[in-house]
Amino acid sequence: MDEIAILGVGMHPWGKWGRNFTDYGVHAARAALDDADLDWREVGFISGAITVRCGYPGYVAGSTFARALGFTGAQVASSYSACASGATALAVARGQILSGVCDVALVVGADTTPDGFLAPNAGRRPDDTDWLRFHLVGATNPVYFGLHARRRMELHGATREDFALVKVKNSRHAVHNPNARFTKEFGPDDVANSPVVSDPLRLLEICTTSDGGAALVVASMDYARSHGVTDPVRVAGISLVTPTYPDPVIDLPYLATDSSSAVVPAEKGFKESIGAQVYAESGLGPEDVDLAEVYDLSSAMELDWYEQLGLCKEGEAEGLLRTGDTSIGGRIPVNPSGGLGAFGEAVPAQALAQVCELTWQVRGEAGRRQVEGARIGISANQGLFGHGSGVLVRR
Amino acid sequence: MPGITKNRVPAVEGLFTVDEPPHLIGGRLMETGGYCFPKDLGGADPGAPDGAVEEALLSRRGKIWSFTNSVYPPPPPFVSDEHYQPVTIAAVELEEESMVVLGQVAPPLSVDDLSVGMEVELVLGTLYEDDDNQYLTWQWRPVDIGD
Repeated sequence: MDEIAILGVGMHPWGKWGRNFTDYGVHAARAALDDADLDWREVGFISGAITVRCGYPGYVAGSTFARALGFTGAQVASSYSACASGATALAVARGQILSGVCDVALVVGADTTPDGFLAPNAGRRPDDTDWLRFHLVGATNPVYFGLHARRRMELHGATREDFALVKVKNSRHAVHNPNARFTKEFGPDDVANSPVVSDPLRLLEICTTSDGGAALVVASMDYARSHGVTDPVRVAGISLVTPTYPDPVIDLPYLATDSSSAVVPAEKGFKESIGAQVYAESGLGPEDVDLAEVYDLSSAMELDWYEQLGLCKEGEAEGLLRTGDTSIGGRIPVNPSGGLGAFGEAVPAQALAQVCELTWQVRGEAGRRQVEGARIGISANQGLFGHGSGVLVRR
Repeated sequence: MPGITKNRVPAVEGLFTVDEPPHLIGGRLMETGGYCFPKDLGGADPGAPDGAVEEALLSRRGKIWSFTNSVYPPPPPFVSDEHYQPVTIAAVELEEESMVVLGQVAPPLSVDDLSVGMEVELVLGTLYEDDDNQYLTWQWRPVDIGD
């Protein structure tokens, strides 16, 4: 797959700021443009990641950000794929660049989120599984995280202490991240003393929702060189895969899995296929990766990703964690940014924030959370209703 | 209230039968025999382009694939009040259908009463009620608990 260059990255710190999402997006966009040393008027295409929680301006995020930066006649699109929206917006920008429609694109996602559980839209909608799972079962998002965590304990001998250790590790990483919302270092006792939300998971092990914004300036390799960037950071692979029928793993927002009674499930599960697509596009494999940013909606979910990205074999994630291999300074650091546990989720910005972190890391600009010698990083996440999301960034 | 019998009605029509013993109302792809639940909200089989689905009552017994709970009251459209008690939830493997179905676990059972692989059966339970009706949902109950 042809590559594109990442010329600039920028973020608005995550928090609970209560301002309009546009502010965070514009802040992040300006930071990314500054980082790229580019004037906004050079941008030929703006790719917005949509938020569904901020009214109509959120549905047309691309043009909302463009107007707030000052309309220039640039082309625009907006993408929604839940938590995968940022990766989708990046993929749209890549398509525009590689097809020659534009040389430079700006990708932006930002959100202002309410407190508490994410919940479905209002109204009685019994033909919507997202509505049914709340109404008939009380199955919130953490309920699914709890089911998967318990399953991991049963299959692989994971313990509550392992799950807590993920939080402890990531909180140590976040201490050095000025964009993280939670920068306090937590110990195992802090986790153990926080209330259970969905057994076996506790409050400190489940990601909250946050305000935040992230942006990327991406360009063709030719443009990057003509701009004086001879060895740019590159996007070498993007995954937007869907599951393959039948998907035998129960996942939100569904009440049931597909049935495997008539068709045998694919050898690779949905989440394995997310990483596989990124590796296939980039011509690289797990053995080449120096670090990973993964969607730790829960502490236990991070362990699943180790295996699903091929960083270790199935059943070996706890060992990788316990030996410190996934801590900064270890063999394959995971979530050096602090991950979602330290950020809280700002849905349309999150996949872009992962790419920001990978970019800083492979540039060697991550300060005290720097992964030594990092040249190749992978991100992975997943959007509700079957949206894979993964990006490979390399130097 | 003694002496007054409320109507027992499903909280949502068409997902389960309310006769005894109750069944989940799933779908069965006429072309391949694959199942889904709910009947009209399953993912299609790309190898069965016709997609026609007939109603199929799903197995009443299965084995716990995993379980958890919701200690805090879920937000609407879940209906709860100040007397909320943590809901226990199980994902249950149905052998014949080769699929996993979610559901509440019949109260007052908690996560401490459950284990992966435990055999459970489908029962009906009250989700919420008003002056006239009890609104029902399906629940899983361990078989060896008895009546």
